[in-house]
Amino acid sequence: MDKYINTPITAEKTEELKSGDYVYITGTIYVARDAAHKRMIEALERGENLPIDIKDSTIYYMGPSPAREGQVIGSAGPTTSSRMDKYAPILLDLGEKAMIGKGKRSPEVIDAIIRNKAVYFAAIGGAGALLSKCIKKSEIICYEDLGAEAVRKIEVENFPVIVVIDKNGNNLYETAILKYSNY
Amino acid sequence: MRKVHTQEITKNIKEMCIEANYYLSKDMDYAMKQAFETEKSEIGRKILNQLQDNLKIADEEKIPICQDTGMAVIFMEIGQQVFFEGDFLEDAIQEGVRQGYREGFLRKSVVKDPIQRENTKDNTPAVIHYSIVTGDKVKITVAPKGFGSENMSRVFMLKPADGVEGVKNAILTAVKDAGPNACPPMVVGVGIGGTFEKCAILAKKALTRQVNEHSHIPYVRELEEELLKKINGLGIGPGGLGGTTTALAVNINTFATHIAGLPVAVNICCHVNRHVVREI
Ligand code: SF4
Repeated sequence: MDKYINTPITAEKTEELKSGDYVYITGTIYVARDAAHKRMIEALERGENLPIDIKDSTIYYMGPSPAREGQVIGSAGPTTSSRMDKYAPILLDLGEKAMIGKGKRSPEVIDAIIRNKAVYFAAIGGAGALLSKCIKKSEIICYEDLGAEAVRKIEVENFPVIVVIDKNGNNLYETAILKYSNY
Repeated sequence: MRKVHTQEITKNIKEMCIEANYYLSKDMDYAMKQAFETEKSEIGRKILNQLQDNLKIADEEKIPICQDTGMAVIFMEIGQQVFFEGDFLEDAIQEGVRQGYREGFLRKSVVKDPIQRENTKDNTPAVIHYSIVTGDKVKITVAPKGFGSENMSRVFMLKPADGVEGVKNAILTAVKDAGPNACPPMVVGVGIGGTFEKCAILAKKALTRQVNEHSHIPYVRELEEELLKKINGLGIGPGGLGGTTTALAVNINTFATHIAGLPVAVNICCHVNRHVVREI
């Protein structure tokens, strides 16, 4: 089913999202990959604050290619989420509600999704040019020295994603395959 | 003897890095269009359709097809009658990569050391495979490789008794484990035989073969066809969200091996299977 939602994605909104839904997201989201996640978690361990407002946040796992003059951002598709699995449960427990990436998640992440009524979306891997068109604004907010891996805040408009793991832990990667195996 | 100036190598490699990241080669483009025609799942068709749009936007607006513009893998097949003038050949190749990634607005995704992980900021070094061949030409293949799919690749040191069934299982296992992580529809490059490192290079080289071409060895060709069918029967589908298009091709290369071994390498590639070939 096609759905349109605005950020912040709250527990009320994840209530409505079911594994397999096609969702268009509009609003502000953060962008971070593994190097940035590692630094954020290290900051927490040192007792420092996170550089982002984590409550009801959406984090997109992505590292763009450089923008040409006049472009908001370069190619901007999802990266493999499993590299964030080590860090994601900590951020979910602190209030992160939605993650956008591609690929499988660990049982620990799935548990944290259920525990926090969160959601895991997949964006289309390898569609970076298309997805960049849905990004209307982009600013680096910290860790600029990480280059493509710096943390960004972006504004998206009708950004297309699919609910893979919903707040009940239903996992499209497992269910969809069964439907088409030996088709 | 034929003289080739290394400046020419630099210039070609620069152009090839850019070309590979903005336009899919004809064989891949055709395979992607075919996949849209034959895919059975609705969400799968939707994704394949969006991947078509993606290719169009990449081409028209000069945005890389995928933000992971890869680590540059380069095969240099050098005719033994070629004499290189100018700089050291390896430096000329790396310079081509450096210029291509800078001028093409491609992402710099290479770190200098695997443990210390500091970005080299120019996407060098490339991984270069040299071979000396007959003749007086230089054949260059540039194949930037994304790591979503590279990370799902495997080497299996099978026993001779595992036979062809063991090989099939190894390939299916690698593809199943890769699933959505490798941005399906995938292209599966396989190397069978040789030694531990040889089979991996064979698999990598297999990915640069046109996806509509088969091995000229009859049993290998049959194996390629059978495995493609089996892989598409796994149900993984476009984006791993279920469907009948999990792979576009299975390309297998074989080589002689030792009496005691049966090495198999499976190099998984995504639908952004980039390969540009030029002969100088
Ligand atoms: S696996 Fe391929 S399509 Fe997917 S993100 Fe990496 S390079 Fe892009």
